[in-house]
Amino acid sequence: MNRREFINLAGMGASAAVLSSIPVLGRPITPEEALTTIDPALKKKLADVALNAARSKGATYTDVRIGRYLNQFLITREDKVQNIVNTESYGMGIRVIANGSWGFAATDKMDNTSIARTAEMAVAIAKENSRILTTPVELAPQKGFGEVTWKAPIEKNAFEVPIKEKVDLLLGVNDAALKAGATYVSSNMFLVNEQKYFASTDGSYIDQDIHRIWPTFYITRIDKTTGKFETRSSLSAPMGMGYEYLQARPQDKIAGVTTLYKGRYDMIEDARAGAQQAGDKLKAKSVEPGKYDLILDPSHLWLTIHESVGHPTELDRVLGYEANFAGTSFLTLDKWESKNFKFGSNIVNIQADKTQPGSLGAVGYDDEGVQCGKWDIIKDGTLVNYQAIRDQAKILGLPASHGCCYSQSWADVQFQRMANISLQPGKEKKSIDDLIKGVKKGIYIIGDGSFSIDQQRYNFQFGGQLYYEIKDGKIAGMLKDVAYQANTQEFWNACTGIADANDYRLGGSFFDGKGQPMQSSAVSHGSSTARFAGINVINTSRNIG
Amino acid sequence: MPILTKDEAHALLKKVLAYSKADECEVSLYGSDTGNIRYARNSVSTSGLRSQSTLVVSSAFGKKLGVATINEFDDASLEKVVRRAEELAHLAPENPEFVSFLGPQTYAEPKTFVQTTAAITPKQRTDFVAQSLQIAKDTKTVAAGFLEDGTGYAAMANTKGLFAYNTSTSVNFSVTMRTEDGKGSGYATRGYNDVSKLDTKAATQIAADKAVKSSTAKAIEPGKYTVILEPAAAAVLIERILFGLDARQADEGRSFLSKPGGQTRLNEKLMDERVTLYSDPLNADLPTSTWNGDGRPHERVNWIEKGVIKNLAYSRYWAEKKGVKAIPGPDAFIMEGGTKSLEDLIKGTKKGVLVTRLWYIRDVDPQTLLLTGLTRDGTFYIENGKIMYPIKNFRFNESPVIMLNNLEELGKVERTVSVESNTNYLLPPMKIRDFTFSSLSDAV
Repeated sequence: MNRREFINLAGMGASAAVLSSIPVLGRPITPEEALTTIDPALKKKLADVALNAARSKGATYTDVRIGRYLNQFLITREDKVQNIVNTESYGMGIRVIANGSWGFAATDKMDNTSIARTAEMAVAIAKENSRILTTPVELAPQKGFGEVTWKAPIEKNAFEVPIKEKVDLLLGVNDAALKAGATYVSSNMFLVNEQKYFASTDGSYIDQDIHRIWPTFYITRIDKTTGKFETRSSLSAPMGMGYEYLQARPQDKIAGVTTLYKGRYDMIEDARAGAQQAGDKLKAKSVEPGKYDLILDPSHLWLTIHESVGHPTELDRVLGYEANFAGTSFLTLDKWESKNFKFGSNIVNIQADKTQPGSLGAVGYDDEGVQCGKWDIIKDGTLVNYQAIRDQAKILGLPASHGCCYSQSWADVQFQRMANISLQPGKEKKSIDDLIKGVKKGIYIIGDGSFSIDQQRYNFQFGGQLYYEIKDGKIAGMLKDVAYQANTQEFWNACTGIADANDYRLGGSFFDGKGQPMQSSAVSHGSSTARFAGINVINTSRNIG
Repeated sequence: MPILTKDEAHALLKKVLAYSKADECEVSLYGSDTGNIRYARNSVSTSGLRSQSTLVVSSAFGKKLGVATINEFDDASLEKVVRRAEELAHLAPENPEFVSFLGPQTYAEPKTFVQTTAAITPKQRTDFVAQSLQIAKDTKTVAAGFLEDGTGYAAMANTKGLFAYNTSTSVNFSVTMRTEDGKGSGYATRGYNDVSKLDTKAATQIAADKAVKSSTAKAIEPGKYTVILEPAAAAVLIERILFGLDARQADEGRSFLSKPGGQTRLNEKLMDERVTLYSDPLNADLPTSTWNGDGRPHERVNWIEKGVIKNLAYSRYWAEKKGVKAIPGPDAFIMEGGTKSLEDLIKGTKKGVLVTRLWYIRDVDPQTLLLTGLTRDGTFYIENGKIMYPIKNFRFNESPVIMLNNLEELGKVERTVSVESNTNYLLPPMKIRDFTFSSLSDAV
């Protein structure tokens, strides 16, 4: 499933008519079936069949991914449950190097004959591709780990929570929003469990269990007299957590113009506020275009980090592998090699971390058997590293892969995907109020909205959910029709303040899209609230008669 | 499982329906063989094959619906999937918006299948790429491209006697050529049902020419410009109108087609009178399925006629509630054009900007359909009927509704592919005045 399908499915888009039915994501199953697992000993046997078959046909390297992917969607609008979908997808993807070329084939027929035939097909494709090969593929060295396991540190498996309890929560969210003035409201819960098994000719047999959860709502409020409408999406974040994410405690809340959530989320409280704020937006002042100091909340800033730091530091883009679709990168190798490319101001420190608890990208090992860790991308404002996988690490002469290889399913080939990329908190003690106090003319933006960036990641435009005008260090009321535009390097060099670690929160996406055919990947981005000086703001209101 | 014939599919679906104990049962069957090959840095990076078949069973008891899917087709599996759908229906909450399945329908014979495409081999795919890579060698440029072909069939039947069947083939190709110094970039894309129409060499040559000619672009001030959008650039904007044709969204007051007091803009003139957008499943240059996912026939529909909104797309539930014909949303659309070539449009332009491709399109305001995005892979300044020099890319903020009011001229229609949705369309190149570029981008 990609972003557009999800938007349609979740009733958040205008194009519901185009999608006549729920996309088929796999085999529908009962909720109880989602609680079973497959014995790693059986997976090892199946993997060995593929490894041996590929080797016998001449593969010099083989990896096998056996994946069982479970999804549960709960979709509601107003007082109705529109759909409950449980799906399972189970199969095996086999990737080989033969004659110096990659080959890949996948099957959902898990008998020995089908597996061996699929492995042979992967080798045959690699050999066919090698006809027009220019440079043979080489991998950065990787030791085998033997038989190991990794499990996401969740407290409560959301698949174990009865459907009724989840439906009651969503209908409660809708009820709260309608009572607070929403004209329409849809709410959804999206659960994922990836049970992944990886084996390779390097000698690794890795069994992993990954959980994700994303509760969302979408409120529309219409002014019947003028026909104008405003919307407000939830301030939730998709998380690598269990159902505990939906059990917010007092210490998980940050009070302010609206309640902000740290690590756990109160969906009903946010829906009530959201309906009220959608009404406030209808009456809000339309923004005067010009330069403003921006105070960006982590529920908004994650997406700016994702687009302007995460993507241009992906090594496949830098090297040109994505030139025909997602694009290349302005962070060319010469800038990295110079060791003095000033990406941001001195307080900007950005780290990649594939192990961060609660994040969407946290795993023990990536999809080519590399143990995951964390590393600096931007250090004191300077570009110091990229995000690499094994064959790219070899091209650059790096000592090892960064462990950024991922595939959305057993049926797709794995490739370089973004790690969790996060802005590190400010080192000085500083709160959101401290940041606002120093602003003469500014806008405080909460929540993510419209987003667009060019194919080399220079020029971007972002909107949000809530915009508050700041005058002489104080919040002066709500604004609407706001979007800001900037150049990536100028923007990060304009970063003049970052709140401390007490304010640090994660945002993220289930649907980072890349590759042809396109694959989705889930990734988190953390930050504390940050201030950017003198950013160009445009007014987005128009009239179509 | 291989691609089933109409008779084979019908026999299988009848067998599945015979297992049903529900009030109503509907069964859909999909199968496809797809192949792809991807290249970058002048070398193949990935390629793969995928063959899959899926049977979807929808069982209803009253307004309770259960859906189950399976990809095994022995008798035991077929019965199991029907029982599973029935179990899920019993567990499901009642859906007040459930509409009883359709009875028998009459469909036109589709034109979407071409045998040559169905017979494509891995060697042919590699050869297509080899031809593209030869251009890279000859022009000293760097190629990145993607070719994907597919052969598929779809069939559905229900306990009310409906049966529908269709087979189709497709091939989409796109290529980006960049100069070795990274200062120039060009793009071309092609989509067909018939792979024998695909010429990767010619398409790559166009992209390579654009790459070379777009090198060392000059910066000009952002602002309102007359633009000529090539069909691939127009596609990603015009399709947003198509995505927004949903009647329920309009009736509920939350679309660009809504008006105060629950009214809509249906039958109102919203664009220039030269704008006519329609869908036609039997169009020879862009054939599409003659039925949609819930069994409704696709017919020729004028969505926008001479600038007037003529039809909206309905779900069966919403049409029943409103007491109107349930016209399904289209699979693709066609825009009427003129007789001039792209070159003719350029010749007739005093000052303007030629746009090859638009990228990263996102909604900014659903009320006005305001979109943002950027030009990419070949943007040129036109003066006195000639391309004068390459210019740096722009970000735009524009609504396709406003844009089609500012229409200057339409060229000759051609088949193109949206890079955003991968859908094929028949669109003309179009000249638009006062197109809003809001800032410059350094991206190449």
